[in-house]
Amino acid sequence: MSSTDGTGPPDRPTDRAPGPKLDLGPVGHLGDRLFAGLARGSGGLVVAIVAFVGVFLLALAIPALADNNSSFLFSRIWEPGGDNPRFGIAALFYTTLISSIIAMVIAVPIAVGVALFTTYYSPKRLAAPVSHAIDLLAAVPSIIYGLWGILFFAPILRPVINGLASALGWIPLFEKPATDNLGVVFTASVVLAIMILPVVTAISREIFAQTPVAHREGALALGATRWEMIRMAVLPYGRSGVVSASMLGLGRALGETVAVLIILSVPNGNDPWNSSIFAGGETFASKIANNAAEFDSPEKTGAYIAAGLVLFVVTFLVNSAARIIVARSGPGGKRPRKNRRTGDKAAQTEGATP
Amino acid sequence: MTTLAANRPAYDGKTLDLTGKSGARAFRNTLATVLIVLCFLIALIPLLWILWTVVSKGYSLLLDANWWSQSQRGITVRRVGGGAYHAIMGTLIMSLICAAIAVPIAIMGAVYLVEYGKGTKAAKVVSFMIDILTGVPSIVAALFIYAVWITVLGFNRVGFAVSLSLVLLMLPVVLRSTEEMLKLVPDELREASYALGVPKWKTILKVVVPTAFGGIITGVMLGLARVMGETAPLLILVGYSKNINLNPFDGFMGALPTMINQDRTELALEPAADRVWAAALTLILLVLLLNLLARLIARFSTIKSK
Amino acid sequence: MAKRIEVSGLNVYYGDFKAVEDVSMTIEPRSVTAFIGPSGCGKSTYLRTLNRMHEVIPGARVEGKVVLDDQDLYAPGIDPVAVRRVVGMVFQRPNPFPTMSIFDNVASGLKLNGVKDKKKLTEVVERSLHGANLWTEVKDRLDKPGAGLSGGQQQRLCIARAIAVEPEVILMDEPCSALDPISTLAIEDLIEKLKDRFTVVIVTHNMQQAARVSDQTAFFNLAATGRPGRLIEMGPTKQIFSNPNEKATEDYITGRFG
Repeated sequence: MSSTDGTGPPDRPTDRAPGPKLDLGPVGHLGDRLFAGLARGSGGLVVAIVAFVGVFLLALAIPALADNNSSFLFSRIWEPGGDNPRFGIAALFYTTLISSIIAMVIAVPIAVGVALFTTYYSPKRLAAPVSHAIDLLAAVPSIIYGLWGILFFAPILRPVINGLASALGWIPLFEKPATDNLGVVFTASVVLAIMILPVVTAISREIFAQTPVAHREGALALGATRWEMIRMAVLPYGRSGVVSASMLGLGRALGETVAVLIILSVPNGNDPWNSSIFAGGETFASKIANNAAEFDSPEKTGAYIAAGLVLFVVTFLVNSAARIIVARSGPGGKRPRKNRRTGDKAAQTEGATP
Repeated sequence: MTTLAANRPAYDGKTLDLTGKSGARAFRNTLATVLIVLCFLIALIPLLWILWTVVSKGYSLLLDANWWSQSQRGITVRRVGGGAYHAIMGTLIMSLICAAIAVPIAIMGAVYLVEYGKGTKAAKVVSFMIDILTGVPSIVAALFIYAVWITVLGFNRVGFAVSLSLVLLMLPVVLRSTEEMLKLVPDELREASYALGVPKWKTILKVVVPTAFGGIITGVMLGLARVMGETAPLLILVGYSKNINLNPFDGFMGALPTMINQDRTELALEPAADRVWAAALTLILLVLLLNLLARLIARFSTIKSK
Repeated sequence: MAKRIEVSGLNVYYGDFKAVEDVSMTIEPRSVTAFIGPSGCGKSTYLRTLNRMHEVIPGARVEGKVVLDDQDLYAPGIDPVAVRRVVGMVFQRPNPFPTMSIFDNVASGLKLNGVKDKKKLTEVVERSLHGANLWTEVKDRLDKPGAGLSGGQQQRLCIARAIAVEPEVILMDEPCSALDPISTLAIEDLIEKLKDRFTVVIVTHNMQQAARVSDQTAFFNLAATGRPGRLIEMGPTKQIFSNPNEKATEDYITGRFG
């Protein structure tokens, strides 16, 4: 027994009586176990949900695919169910991809411009409201985009389409179709571009704002103009971020349902398939939504689920590509928002910086 | 030495020219500025245009008290009257049920990723699964619930099925934003709490989560705003009803997006068109309200006094 | 009652890396013990083993014994949570809980461990704030956020929070390194006062500070870069600063280090 009291200098007052031996045993960790269990359970649940979704959709799609009398990947026919089910996704795949890619091509340069505007061009007081206004675009439900797109925007776009078609009509992609149909792939693409603009803008803005001051001032110190500074310092730093933002935007566009459903006119079944972006068409999502009434037999439902699975896989690949780019890239690609915020917090405590 | 000095032109007595850059560079700089400002203006056009369209065409019905208190029961496309009460309630009920299921799972899942699983294989798997879930298009989520709820379990198309499919869409959004917020809580606060002899779970519940609370709520609001505007699950999983139905487990249910969808093919008829735009404006207002609320909470909650 | 800590043969590892090697020392109760040494010599790491805070970092582990009140802190059956209730800690950067008021910050240790008695809490908060020399400055704004105080006040708030749970030992990890000289002085005065009731262990980079506030001083050093930190020597502060036994200690103290 070592004496734990009486070792202090005797002249020093103490207001604490010598206590009993310290209890350092377990303090009861029922709460800890329960809470950790809940947390782990939630994590597990997420895994279970995703696995369940995958397995379930596959289980329903496989029998339908097995009965399919046509090439699922390369056929453009869509006649599921019945005695002779024949369906393929080639046309859906084409329309989905081409509309989303055009949307991306239109949206990305504008988004980069807007992001540069808010980070390096606009007066400070204007930057925040402008950012919020663009974010507002993301808050508008897609069905409203669809309505606005077909009713108000499509007629305005008509002359543009006519002009493009007469100039480039010799390329099948831009071939002018026989009818003056408003609900064409190109219109859907432009509306999709507007819809993904806020996503791409928001991410680009964040990355651009993070260009290290040293890089920017370094460029300016060399006598660069503002544009040269952006080209030398900001764009190289933010490139991977912009690429991944574009991929995320593309992922959004691929899966967009209602706006496309409202805008695109479904081609007449008897017409020959048309590859022009100035014709109507159907994407995966619009096809499925359009035919919800047809989900009466497991075979038919299975065919749509198979199409949905393909959409899911494509979206997933695109999103993964975005993430891989972010993970691989250099300083500009990491999500540095975290660092910045903690930095701010640190600055609040006085004299915290060593 | 002498060569070095010789390479440098002799000082010619003129003052340095600090007035400007060379013409081509200045031109490129101006051009870039013009283009960038142009981008900004182009981006504003659709925003203003859409808002103007919806507000100017939709506002009049919203001023009528009936709009907020009556359903469309017995009102045909050609007739004026009725309201959006059934659809507003339907939208609220379905999205709130969704939030009630998704938010607890999302927050606890984020707690797992940040506080318990950090760096482990299991956490990487969970994280990967969330990435997958993030990419699930709404139509696929709807299709999945259709397959489970209707094809396999044999239930009817009801509001609850919509809520379930919305859970799949909301869960990853809220989980990721919560995760980000929890990561922003400095480790020093956790350590301060541990050093007081506070168990881990109480540290998380009473110190970490409250510190991140504003951000978490913001994420929830944004997630809610997102699912409220979703139309695809409604089209597939519940029929549109013009009547007031507050029971998510029985019968068709109205919702704002499907109310828009219902009459969108009849826009030539003025009463129908008015209703469509009024419903659209109502939906935008609802979503905007949530967004604004999210911003407000985010702004005022970083430090919460007792 | 403040308690003595006896450490013997302590090694600290992060994964495979040995950060601190073979430390043995006795820390006297109701005194101030200072740990000094160059950056990276393991003194902070070692300090955190005294209340098992290092376990927060994944992969950290310890060999050896830390005996407090006849109990080995690393013996089976000892709960780190219970250990930390007895051995409190103050950190390098002031870290009041940002969501809590000044009152709640001080009361947090008790409240989070289930004390609800309002009267007792009020009493403890007042006593602890007095104990941390902060009462007069904050008594009129106890319901204001703790993060609104100045850096020095925040650090004293953190000390008040630590002593509110009545620990036996208080560990301080460079408590003044983020503060200005005036605030530092206030903390040093406070440390002088704290040792009447607590065993105080302080890590500091500031040798004048060690000389001013401590009774015992322990000098840590690295054998070489990449090698674990070790305790070079320990003794009464006066002796360490005037007449150290080791050449390395003398070099460090006189600034001829390196």
